[in-house]
Amino acid sequence: MDQTEPVVRFENVGMRYGMGPEVLCDVSFALPAGSFHFLTGASGAGKSSLLKLMYLAQRPSRGLITLFGRDIATTSRRELPALRRRIGVVFQDFRLIDHLSALDNVALPLRVAGAKDEQVREHVAELLAWVGLADHIDATPPVLSGGQQQRIAIARAVINRPALLLADEPTGNVDNDLAVRLLYLFDELNKLGTTVVVATHNESLVKRFDHEILHLEGGELTRVPASRRTAAS
Amino acid sequence: MRMRRRSDLPLAKDASSRFIPWIVALMIYLAALALAGALAANSAVERWSRNLLGSLTVEIMPPDDADPKVRHVRVESAVALLLGTPGIARAEVLSDERVAELLAPWLGSAELRELPLPVLIDVRLKAGTELDLKALAARLADAVPGTTLDDHQRWLHGLVALGRSIELIAAVILALIAAAAAAVTVFSTRTALAIHAGVIEVLHLIGAQDSYVARQFEWQALALALRGGVAGLAGAAATILAAGYFTEPSGAGLIPDLSLSLWQWAALLPLPLASGLIAMLTARATVLATLARMV
Repeated sequence: MDQTEPVVRFENVGMRYGMGPEVLCDVSFALPAGSFHFLTGASGAGKSSLLKLMYLAQRPSRGLITLFGRDIATTSRRELPALRRRIGVVFQDFRLIDHLSALDNVALPLRVAGAKDEQVREHVAELLAWVGLADHIDATPPVLSGGQQQRIAIARAVINRPALLLADEPTGNVDNDLAVRLLYLFDELNKLGTTVVVATHNESLVKRFDHEILHLEGGELTRVPASRRTAAS
Repeated sequence: MRMRRRSDLPLAKDASSRFIPWIVALMIYLAALALAGALAANSAVERWSRNLLGSLTVEIMPPDDADPKVRHVRVESAVALLLGTPGIARAEVLSDERVAELLAPWLGSAELRELPLPVLIDVRLKAGTELDLKALAARLADAVPGTTLDDHQRWLHGLVALGRSIELIAAVILALIAAAAAAVTVFSTRTALAIHAGVIEVLHLIGAQDSYVARQFEWQALALALRGGVAGLAGAAATILAAGYFTEPSGAGLIPDLSLSLWQWAALLPLPLASGLIAMLTARATVLATLARMV
């Protein structure tokens, strides 16, 4: 991929579920490599749908989406896993695998990519310690609290240093201190070159971190650059 | 090969993981019995054919007057004619006791003492000999009236047809069992795919290839089928041994020997492996075909 090429580009993208109304209308934007964005909007504004398009869980009804310079409409099914491995996703409902331990859940992206077991354990244990779950490595999700599950989901999303990190309400189940800590983790990854998009309702977090906002309302997207917010505040 | 592998999908907890080994065990049990039956029948037919090929039986009906001297002359004449025929290696008159023994399964030994028994001459041909049997039969009938010649072809054709039929039936049974095993695997795999659709979607979204998901299903299918296959084969082996043991005393020629030779036992051994391979490949094909229809 050309370094100047945006990581994500949407051009006049529309999306609807089945025969329902469009939940996203003519959405156009581009996310440069290494940028950090908050995705805001009321419930039902289309934040999750926009993220699903970006992590290739859904196809648009119309318009053009390119990821890492690849037009996803012309990308074959066989090529999708390679694209997906460059994307880390924190799902709103965590989507952890209940019968696997915290360690195995976090290790999944590495194992899917073919990493050896001996390489996996140390790396994963270190990350779990960082998110405060060093004592819960062998615990399965059903015995953990919502906040702990969320941290496992975040660890799984960042374990293989994705080029694009998409987080859907990643701080919804944790206290404010931990939320800030997790955002600092995302910030660190961003400084290492990861493009980050965080969908959130948490205005205090958005205010605390000076990043561009992608605001969705009625299925339409507007951008609020960081500098304008800084000036306004 | 490590059979217990880490699996991202909790397939071992599915209901199908409990019933599949039982179904496979039953299938392999039936397949092993069908195959063993075909092998035993094939051996019996081969044995009978070997005994009958290159041999003739001359039957001299007992004369009305039953004078032992006349009877002796008739038998000697027939034997002399046979031994004088080029291509005949041996002509042996069966003793009355041997004839009675051969007829006992059909007529019973008590009644035989009351019946006039024919004289039987067992004739062995030299290897590769092709006799004009019609001419020989005519010459025998001229020399010793009341003599018939049996070249066993009627029996041989019947035996070969019987052997082929049993082999065909066994092959059809094996094919049906293989098809049923594949169908059961398709059904259980599709059910498991539906049950674990959520986990599979997560695996896809973090970059798993379809083959990564398929591998988990195929190993599980292989393990279950092997477990069931070994159990089914063990059950079949016990049954075959018992059948061989119980039919041995009646081995007077009416019932073929049901015990298997070493190589025949060896032919049964790959059955669990075959069931494992069928289950493994079917599971893989089912998963790949189903996932190919997803986003």
